[in-house]
Amino acid sequence: MKITLKIWRQKDSNSKGAFKTYVCDHVSPDMSFLEMLDVLNNDLIRKGEESIAFDHDCREGICGMCSLYINGHPHGPLQTTTCQLHMRSFKDGETITIEPWRAKAFPVVKDLVVDRSAFDRIQRSGGFISVNTGGVPDANEIPIPKKIADEAFDAATCIGCGACVAACKNASAMLFVSAKVSQFALLPQGKPERKERVEKMVAQMDEEGFGACTNTGACEAECPKGISITNIARMNREYFSAMTTSYEVAVGGGE
Amino acid sequence: MNWFITLFTSTLGRKLLMALTGLFLILFLLIHLIGNLQLLNDDGGRSFNVYAEFMSTNPLIQIVSKGNFFFILLHVGISIFLSIKNRSARGSERYAVTSGNKSTWSSRNMGILGTLVLVFLVIHLKDFWAAMHFTEMPKAMYDGVEYRDIYSVVALWFGKGWYVGLYVFCMTAVGFHLWHGFASAFQTLGLNHQKYNPMIMFVGRAFAIIVPALFAWIPLNMFFF
Ligand code: HEM
Ligand code: FES
Repeated sequence: MKITLKIWRQKDSNSKGAFKTYVCDHVSPDMSFLEMLDVLNNDLIRKGEESIAFDHDCREGICGMCSLYINGHPHGPLQTTTCQLHMRSFKDGETITIEPWRAKAFPVVKDLVVDRSAFDRIQRSGGFISVNTGGVPDANEIPIPKKIADEAFDAATCIGCGACVAACKNASAMLFVSAKVSQFALLPQGKPERKERVEKMVAQMDEEGFGACTNTGACEAECPKGISITNIARMNREYFSAMTTSYEVAVGGGE
Repeated sequence: MNWFITLFTSTLGRKLLMALTGLFLILFLLIHLIGNLQLLNDDGGRSFNVYAEFMSTNPLIQIVSKGNFFFILLHVGISIFLSIKNRSARGSERYAVTSGNKSTWSSRNMGILGTLVLVFLVIHLKDFWAAMHFTEMPKAMYDGVEYRDIYSVVALWFGKGWYVGLYVFCMTAVGFHLWHGFASAFQTLGLNHQKYNPMIMFVGRAFAIIVPALFAWIPLNMFFF
């Protein structure tokens, strides 16, 4: 296959970037998208040019490290991660435009690599449960209905890649945050910190400068893990009820 | 009190206000439509004038009307605020290639559609509401009681082709705004449930078609028949 690539090149977060065009003459349809970039990078290095920086890690579709906005879609034309995308999804002779995720909260580090630590800060603000040390509890000690467990697990499959932010016309992070809120809100283990969690995570999300959801549903359609916007409605519910009913505990336990 | 400010300055809280004011405006549209349908009665405008007199004098309606103006301003104000915030959230560099085929056209253009509705509202309020409240109106007598003849004012405007065209165009904008907006408001409020989603979707889309269509039908009917 012959593929023309228009790739965003940017030296660092302070410089201005631009597209650069590369032509790849011998692309196999069986190559993964990232392998195709690896081969291009090899050529660039051999020619003494600077290789193209892009994020990747597991290449198994489970870590959430790969990104790339390919021809107007995060992770390309299929609803999967870029590492699981293959060149057979493209046509011979096609021009492919590759851009980094675009969001104020995800500044470009270099070329196609963006800094997604905003997600880590949101997660750190409340996306956990506190478990005291002690004896190991019996498995299945806490009964959880199968459907609820499934729903929580579906939310927990979010790999935090940021495709939702990239896909959203408002660069909103609500699909990510709502998945992280939901996976705990649904389960008994998440109940003690339920209200505090959603309050803190939403506050941190706003702090990072993500946009406001307008319910277009683009995130859900592009999410490689198929996280549903039902979670966003759940987060809204959780947030409104937390804000209107939670105790504002003062130091010393309040009155 | 702190929590109250935090709630309504968060993106979720602002969206909550968008949804609540939007739903109120939907209710208002329905009531307004029922009133407007009086224009179609073949009685020389009597039932419409009686209804308009009631609406512009009843004290309770006056309070609701003030609230309605406030909610429109709130809805518009927050939408401008959020639209600016959303634009800046993309960052300084925008995508070179985008593809919107994963969402509905209405959902991506709520701002433009809303602006059209706003332009319409201003024209509409000037021609009818302000005329009724601030100008000398022709009078009509029914059973010895004097009424302001707003019907004749409406009939005058609806006799002009360009005005009817504009009216119908703006009703299409309302329709598209609600095509997304109706169900979206429920999602924003967190009212999303497998059992009720299809119903909310159906009612929302039916509302978005039927209500603007009936609004538009009135001037068309008065112009052509
Ligand atoms: C008859 C008048 C109107 C009605 C019934 C109405 C109704 C609604 C509803 C139900 C929503 C969905 C709220 C949500 O997603 O939570 C909405 C959203 C929106 N409206 Fe309106 N609206 C009206 C007028 C306007 C006007 C005059 C503007 C003006 C600029 C406007 C701008 C917007 C925008 C930008 C949104 C999307 C905001 C978001 O989803 O966060 N609307 N509207
Ligand atoms: S590299 Fe791990 S998900 Fe793609």
